[in-house]
Amino acid sequence: MGAVPERRISEPGSARGFDHPDMKMGTSETPEISLVSTARKAPGWQRSIFNLDNGFRAVMLLAALSVLAIVALIVIELLQRSALAWHAFGLRFFVSSAWDPVSGEYGAVPFIYGTLVSSLIALIMAVPLAIAVAVFVTEMCPQPLRKPIGYATELLAAIPSVIYGLWAMFILVPLFRVYIQPWCMKYLGWSGLFDGPPYGVGMFTAGTVLAIMIIPIISSITREVLSVVPQHQREAALALGATRWEMIRVAVLRNARAGIVGAIILGLGRALGETIAVTMVIGNNPQIARSLLAPGYTMASVIANEFAEAPDDLYRSALMQVGLALFIVTIVVNILAGLMVWTVTRGSPTRSHA
Amino acid sequence: MPSRYLQLRRQLTDKFFTGLAAGLSVIVISALIAIFAYLVLKGAGSVNWDFFTQIQKPVGEAGGGMANGIVGSIMILVIASCMGVPVGIGAGVYLAEFGRGRLRHLVRFTADVLNGVPSIVIGMVAWSLVVVQQRHFSAFAGGVALAIMMIPTVCRATEEMLLLVPQAVREAAFGLGIPQWRTTLSIILPTARAGIVTGVMLAFARVAGETAPLLFTAFGNQFWNLRPTEPIAAMPLQIYTYALSPYDEWHRQAWAGALVLVALIVGTTTLVRFVFLRRMVGGAR
Repeated sequence: MGAVPERRISEPGSARGFDHPDMKMGTSETPEISLVSTARKAPGWQRSIFNLDNGFRAVMLLAALSVLAIVALIVIELLQRSALAWHAFGLRFFVSSAWDPVSGEYGAVPFIYGTLVSSLIALIMAVPLAIAVAVFVTEMCPQPLRKPIGYATELLAAIPSVIYGLWAMFILVPLFRVYIQPWCMKYLGWSGLFDGPPYGVGMFTAGTVLAIMIIPIISSITREVLSVVPQHQREAALALGATRWEMIRVAVLRNARAGIVGAIILGLGRALGETIAVTMVIGNNPQIARSLLAPGYTMASVIANEFAEAPDDLYRSALMQVGLALFIVTIVVNILAGLMVWTVTRGSPTRSHA
Repeated sequence: MPSRYLQLRRQLTDKFFTGLAAGLSVIVISALIAIFAYLVLKGAGSVNWDFFTQIQKPVGEAGGGMANGIVGSIMILVIASCMGVPVGIGAGVYLAEFGRGRLRHLVRFTADVLNGVPSIVIGMVAWSLVVVQQRHFSAFAGGVALAIMMIPTVCRATEEMLLLVPQAVREAAFGLGIPQWRTTLSIILPTARAGIVTGVMLAFARVAGETAPLLFTAFGNQFWNLRPTEPIAAMPLQIYTYALSPYDEWHRQAWAGALVLVALIVGTTTLVRFVFLRRMVGGAR
């Protein structure tokens, strides 16, 4: 398609220019014949307008369609490459907890468990912090501080995953091993969630790092959602004599509820797919332990650790299937979140990338 | 009396929640400060001339640097930009200038879906598309993976910026008899240029630090490589392997690499935010 406009330019006088469907009108017989002949005498670029426009449009369309093609390719490749594992294990893959490359037994349960638990820990820690930052920045904080604080939380989003991992490995893990985990064992040990030796690495540490990583996402989308709550709602609440917090609770948070939930789910989507930082601190042990201090493994980290070295096709296919499951889960979560944010921000100009 | 009590309670609740929000914000900010402080503290000592000019020394020898990783990262990013930026801008132009109806919604939706795909999954797909065909890891495969990640960001940024250009500008151009392709290329795109550059640079900064999609595409390399068809070193990959290694010397290098990488990315983001974004908003409205 891209070659079409060039041909039109290089051969301005050629009759071929009129083969184009859009020019059919002019090529029909008798009365219009005079029109065609005047068109023939017009300067070349004028006649090629239609064709260049069509060519340009086609190239842009091609770029747009390639976005569709890429997602289709992702789905096709994942399905194809995971077919072997699907035929070998079927649905058993998602209920079995055996992960034994030596005997060729694969089950994804420990990874699904690890992904879910680490993401949930992250959400529990990140949600109050993120919403607090968003509310503070949009509603409470003195004007000159708003931009710097907003900018600082966005900076957190710009830091690459591997840097979080590095920081967590050398700063957070020792801190957790020596102070935080023993403290949890002493005071929260009764719950059974904080048993076992304090390795430092494990679900709890991974969840903490994930929490820091998803705070900027949740808080920036929450800020966006809060900022589209109509100003007169706030004024109405204040006019009724509400204190600032009452105004925020009644007029702002209640109006933005669906959007905030959407922001949280979007954060969850990010946490589920996060790879490198988690891989560095979760301990990489495919077990299902009740204790949050125990090392675990996530879907993304098992791919990161084992895929490049997987020696046989079944092993690789099993990892592909883990990838496929991860893909489907994150897509569903993201679409859900997008819809919820959209119900609040629709009608107002939105930013697509947070 | 009860009303005064109620009044007091409401006031205190208000104070309490204001304090809570401020306190939690301080925690978040202090996490950010802690990360940057440790990066500078641990990394600054190892960032020296050797870091930028040497490659990895054998274990046990002091010194060495990440020169090959820096060059490798640049190569991968150039490959990725060459593929990702034109496609992203093209798709954005389509959405803003031509797209209507169902296809427009579909493309926009798909771009958002692609934006949410975990980077490790994109790495697997790039492996399956490029590495399997080539039969070995390569810089090109890493470029493909990062290009896929750049496209949705660039596309949506371009669309948004083009939609900011007033409709009257287009009408004026059409009124002068300028064809649509010419209007878009010579009038609309230059008007939105600053915004599009911003989007591209943000996408660039985002993928520059990505490790997961490079694990089994670019793969990493201890030595110099300038051929795009061979496995190549990249800074994020080197930071990752160095951090997981048991050697103190390599840990030092990892911190230095992290500091340089973050400085690069944060520098780009900040530059974009304060220089381009301001100009764009001023220019488009």
